[in-house]
Amino acid sequence: MAIRTRMSGNEAVAHAIKQINPDVMPAFPITPSTEIPQFVASMIANGEVDTEFIPVESEHSAMSATMGASAAGVRAITATSSCGLALMWEVLYVAASSRLPIVMALVNRGLTGPLNINAEHSDSMGARDSGWIQIYAENNQEAYDNFLQAHRIAEHKDVQLPVMICQDGFITSHAVENITLWEDEPIKRFVGEYHPEHYLLNENEPMAVGPYAVSSYCMEAKKAQAQAMMNAKQVILDVAKEFEEVTGQHYGLFEGYQLEDAEYAVVAIGSVCGTIKDSIDALREKGVKVGLLKVRVFRPFPGKEMAEALKHCKAIGIMDRAESYSGNGGPLGAELTAALYQAKVTAETVNIMYGLSGRDVRVEDMEEVFGWLEKMAAGELHFDEYPYLGLRTR
Amino acid sequence: MEQFNFREIQERPDRLAPGHRMCAGCGGTIAVRNVLKALHPGDKAVVGNATGCLEVSTYMYPYTAYEDSYIHSAFENAGATLSGVETAYHLLRKKGKLSSEYKFITFGGDGGTYDIGLQSLSGAMERGHDMVYVCYDNGAYMNTGVQRSSATPMYADTTTTPSGRQSDGKPQMRKDLTAVMAAHNIPYVGQTTFIGNMKDLYVKSERAIYTQGPAFLNVLAPCPRGWKYDTADIMEICRLAVETCYWPLFEIVDGKWILNYKPKKKLPLEDFLVKQGRFKHLFTPGNEHLLESFQKETDRRWEELLQRCEA
Repeated sequence: MAIRTRMSGNEAVAHAIKQINPDVMPAFPITPSTEIPQFVASMIANGEVDTEFIPVESEHSAMSATMGASAAGVRAITATSSCGLALMWEVLYVAASSRLPIVMALVNRGLTGPLNINAEHSDSMGARDSGWIQIYAENNQEAYDNFLQAHRIAEHKDVQLPVMICQDGFITSHAVENITLWEDEPIKRFVGEYHPEHYLLNENEPMAVGPYAVSSYCMEAKKAQAQAMMNAKQVILDVAKEFEEVTGQHYGLFEGYQLEDAEYAVVAIGSVCGTIKDSIDALREKGVKVGLLKVRVFRPFPGKEMAEALKHCKAIGIMDRAESYSGNGGPLGAELTAALYQAKVTAETVNIMYGLSGRDVRVEDMEEVFGWLEKMAAGELHFDEYPYLGLRTR
Repeated sequence: MEQFNFREIQERPDRLAPGHRMCAGCGGTIAVRNVLKALHPGDKAVVGNATGCLEVSTYMYPYTAYEDSYIHSAFENAGATLSGVETAYHLLRKKGKLSSEYKFITFGGDGGTYDIGLQSLSGAMERGHDMVYVCYDNGAYMNTGVQRSSATPMYADTTTTPSGRQSDGKPQMRKDLTAVMAAHNIPYVGQTTFIGNMKDLYVKSERAIYTQGPAFLNVLAPCPRGWKYDTADIMEICRLAVETCYWPLFEIVDGKWILNYKPKKKLPLEDFLVKQGRFKHLFTPGNEHLLESFQKETDRRWEELLQRCEA
C-alpha cells in the first residue's frame, strides 16, 4: 500500500534515494539542498542503504568524484544548489560529454549577486546548455516522482546523459506538504539494477574516459550528444508511462491546466504553478478563459509540442524566474518565443520576470498578469520592455 | 616489497605503450612509464590524469596509450575524480560484484598539482582514499608554453616571468609541496627523480602503490623545452639536482622523515643551473648576488630537511 504522509521536498528526494539505494554519493553542503546529503548520511549511519558517501571539499570535487564513480561503473548521484552548481560548471559539461548517467538533486536557488538563498532558477538555467536533462517539479510529490524516474531516463541506451531533478528552494524543498510515498518493492522493480555496457572497472575490458579530441572527431561527438538529447524526449515519455502503470501518477513533457480552451495562457516552471492554478480557478469562476502550461522538461526543450498546445491562445505570458541579462528577457521567454515563431503561432506574447531571489508571487499577482494578457489581445496594452512582476516601486 | 631486479623490471611490458605523442626526451613520460612498471605484473589499475601535456599526448581520440583503464576529466580535479573511482571500487567489492584487485594511480604536472588542483588533491588525501597521486614536476606550465608555476625555481626565466633589464626571472621561491603533503599525515610521501638505474623511483613507486591508504609521490621530471637543455643531458641534470641538494631524495613513512641519499660532497648549485638555458641570465657578470641568494636558500632548505630526518 502506498503511504499518505507529509514531508518536505528535501525529505521526499531523500526518500527516493533510500528506495533507489544508489552506490556512491559525493556531496558538499549548500543551502537549501544541504538536508539531502544529511538525510543520506543518516541512512548510511543507520544501515538503511548501501550507498558510499564521499564528503568532498567542494562542489567542483563533488561533480568530479561523481563523474569518477559513474565512469567506474556504478550509480552515482549528488545534490546541490546555486553557487554549488556554478562551481561544478566545468565538470557538468565533461560528465555530459562522457555520456555518464549521473543523477543530481538540484534545489533551485539564485546565483550570488547579491548573496541570496531563496528560490530562483538562475542556477539551473545557467547550466541549460551543459548537456544535462532538466526536469522540474511543482511540489514535493513531483520532486519525489521525478527523482524515481531519473535513473531510468539517464541510463537508457538511447540517452546515456546526466539528469538534473529540480525543485524550488525553500518553497518546495522546506515546505511540508502532503505526499504519497510508493511501496518499496514495485519501485525497486521499476528502477531496476544498473548494468553499464562499458566502465572502468570492467575486469574483462579496460576502458579510457575523457580523451583529447581533435577537430576531425570532436564535432561528431557533439552531434551524437545532441542526438541523445533529442532521443531523451521519447524516453522520458516511455518511462513516465511505465511509472504511471506502477503508481497511477501521470507525467508528460509538460502539463496543461485548463489549457485546451484557454484564450489567455501562462507558461511557467516550478512551484509558482500552484499559485497560478489557484488564480485560474478564481478567474474561470468569473468566466475568463485562462489556462496554464507548466513546463516539466526544459531539457530536452519540447518547443514544437508546447507551440502545438498553445496555438489556439490569443495571448501568452511566458514567466521566467531567471534573468539572462541579455536585455531581451529570460531563457524560457527566448526559447519558447522562438518555438512559437517557428510553429507560426501568432499569439501576442510577453515575457515576465517574476520571483527573483524568492520574491513572493501571490494569486492577485497572477490575476494581474492574466489582465495584461486580455488587454494585449484586445490591442490595449503593449510592453516595450519585458515587465518585472511585483517589483517594489519605493 | 619485492627485491629490485633491474633487468626483470625493465623487461616488464610498458603500461604506457609507445606511439604516444610526448616530446622526445620528456621527463614526464619517463616518470609515468617507470611508476607504472612498479605495478606487479598481473595487477589491475585505473590510471587518472589531470589535463596537461601528458593527457593531450597519450589519449588522443581514438587512441589511448594506456594498457589499463584510464580517466581524465579536467585540469584541477584529478584527485577528486580518482577518489570517486576508488570509492566505486570499494562499493563493488563490498557487494561482491568485483573479484579483481585494482590499484589507483593518478598523474598530474606541477600546474595541476601544486596550483590549480591543490584543493582537489588535498581533499582526496585527507579523506584517506587508497590511491597514489604522482606529480611529475617540470617546474612550469609546459603544456601552455612555459608559464611560471608555484613549483618554478627562483629566478627561472619563464614566459610569465621573463628575465630582462628590469627582471631577474621568477621573483619567488618554489613551494615545498612534498612537505605540504607530509603535513596531511598520510601513510606515504616520497620525493624522487631519475637517478642511475631508476631504483629510487621504482622503490618509491612500489611503496606508494602498495601502501594501504593515500600516498603522494613528487617526481622531478625535466622538460627540455622549458628548461632549455640538450635532451641527452636529462640524466646528468637530474643527478646534479640531487648532488647539489636542490632536489633531495627523501620519503616520509607514517610520519617519519627519511633521507634516502646524502651526497658525499655537496656540489655548488651553479653546477645544476649552468646546464639550463632558463638560468642563463644568472651567469652574466653583475648577477653573482642572485646565485648567492639562490645558493643560500637551497642550503637553508637542505639543513631544514636534515634536521627533520635526524629528529
